[in-house]
Amino acid sequence: MSGMALPLAAPDRPVNVVALTIVIFLFVLVAVLGFVAARWRRGEETGLHSLDEWGLGGRGFGTWVTWFLLGGDLYTAYTFVAVPAAMWATGAVTGFFAVPYTIVLYPIVFLLMSRLWSVSHRHGFVTPADFIGGRYGSRSLTLAVAITGIVATMPYIALQLVGIKAVLTVLGLGSSENVLLTDLPLIIAFVVLAAYTYTSGLRAPALIAVVKDLLIYLAVIVAVIYLPIKFGGWDPIFNSAEAKLGATNPATGKPTGVFIPGAASYSAYWTLALGSALALFMYPHSITGVLATKSRNTIRKNAAVLPLYSLMLGLLALLGYAAIFAGTVPVDLNGAINPQLVVPQLFLDQFPAWFAGIALAAIAIGALVPAAIMSIAAANLFTRNIYVDLIRPDATPRQEAHVSKIASLVVKFGALVFVIAMDQSAAINMQLLGGIWILQTFPAIVAGLYTRWFHRWALFGGWAAGITYGTIAAYNVVNPVTKAHFGGSIAAIPGTDTQVYIAVTAFAINLIVAAGLSLLFHAMKLPDGEDITRNSDYGADENDPKVAQIEREHPLGESGASTF
Amino acid sequence: MSSPDVPTRGPARSGPYVITGILLTLAIVVPLFVPAYSVDEPRWVGMPFFYWYQMMWIPITSALVGVSYWLVIKEDRRRRESVRGLTSPGEER
Repeated sequence: MSGMALPLAAPDRPVNVVALTIVIFLFVLVAVLGFVAARWRRGEETGLHSLDEWGLGGRGFGTWVTWFLLGGDLYTAYTFVAVPAAMWATGAVTGFFAVPYTIVLYPIVFLLMSRLWSVSHRHGFVTPADFIGGRYGSRSLTLAVAITGIVATMPYIALQLVGIKAVLTVLGLGSSENVLLTDLPLIIAFVVLAAYTYTSGLRAPALIAVVKDLLIYLAVIVAVIYLPIKFGGWDPIFNSAEAKLGATNPATGKPTGVFIPGAASYSAYWTLALGSALALFMYPHSITGVLATKSRNTIRKNAAVLPLYSLMLGLLALLGYAAIFAGTVPVDLNGAINPQLVVPQLFLDQFPAWFAGIALAAIAIGALVPAAIMSIAAANLFTRNIYVDLIRPDATPRQEAHVSKIASLVVKFGALVFVIAMDQSAAINMQLLGGIWILQTFPAIVAGLYTRWFHRWALFGGWAAGITYGTIAAYNVVNPVTKAHFGGSIAAIPGTDTQVYIAVTAFAINLIVAAGLSLLFHAMKLPDGEDITRNSDYGADENDPKVAQIEREHPLGESGASTF
Repeated sequence: MSSPDVPTRGPARSGPYVITGILLTLAIVVPLFVPAYSVDEPRWVGMPFFYWYQMMWIPITSALVGVSYWLVIKEDRRRRESVRGLTSPGEER
């Protein structure tokens, strides 16, 4: 419809002044909030000079704050850009699987996360790798989990920048000639983000998430009501999507995409959903959100109310189809088609400039929340499991907080360089790999919540096997059009024709190796590491004393003679 | 460890956990069973079955998790009261 007015070879867009003004206004508002957050619910004695305060917001977020924080943390700007983009480009299997993914996620969270909360509360664990260290007493396994977490998180932060960049591009900022000028707004946005994360820690994204989520709900609800009315209902929207996705792609000779999965795609569809759901709460930024809650059951209550975000994500995914009907043409600065721009472009084409400004601001701010939490989570991993474990075992809480603040700056700077210096597809490939890698920490973390049966070295072996298979399999997926490696996340199970999500196959290999080696190592009587947790820890709630407190009140000998 | 392992909760009754397990298993398995919903018809307000059926499972899962929450919380409270009542009457920390 309106998209055809845009000539394909016009990379220099006009700046949309009204929309840009609203985006800048909301961005400044959010930045102020970010700095003010330092004073919000502040711990009286310590200020922000400990990881519990800076990195976990004082471990006191209740149901409401957690709902906004996790909503902003899990449903990132990149999700809002990439899911409808995938729907627009190739349809259901690559895009709409996000709906079953974010459905089955919550029963899984309900089952696992309160146990992790309890044991972390008792022992003061800040990161998933802290738990691994306490449970298995294995430095190599702890380090493996910590490094996997950091490496998987970095490209995820970079992708948030890709989300902001999509918004800036459609707003008309940047040109194909001047690269520095193009990236300047992005750099400014990130410097401001880094500054308030440094001063306020996890409180900043928690407060900003409230604004961001309200904006995004507003934008999505208005769009899914208004656009179908404007376009004459959902019928023509789905029909045009069916026509586009069913058409033959001249480059491959196959259909462009999948409108409704046929029998051959079933396994890909459900393994993508299940594998992504299992992986999501292994990411350090998700666990940071869980450990920042006030009580054992806050996360469980949230598992029942967070699906409201999934509903919004599903509706947003359908906007990808609405863009097909509307004929939205997402042209990037270099004149090429970039599906990532499709939702921002749709809002700009179909809505008055002021409303498009609100929607675009919601996406851009939606990138800041997860980017802040991810950088805090990665910084906590570095501080607790690399700096303290390997370099300075006697660091005080104040020193820990200081190192973590610096590390959060380094992490964000790294992500910025990643996006500016390298091709966008590098970040996307790394994120794809990150999803495969992070799932390989699942056996160690989740089995550890229930049992010590798995041997620590066997879990390490399983992790290594899963990572190796996953990386090789992902490399071998070749994009049929560009012939580039890392062309997707689906591959056949070795020896069969069944197409599944690579992470799930790698996970199965991981489990088999871990179980087999555990049997072997138990038979060889290899030593188990020291386990500092006890059964009672896994059911503790906020009223139960922490371990440090128990030890103060019951001072027994260091020898471990536990005769009470 | 050198400190005493004081139980935080009394023994569990299996009933609530079994029911919760069934509810949560349903909430995981049914949305992943693609053959059941991978069809176009019947459409609802123009949306193919494939799309509206999956969206419909969002509130259903939410309700299943909500019921599970209620069951588990009730049992959890009972187990906690059973130990706290025994060990330190009137001295809750």
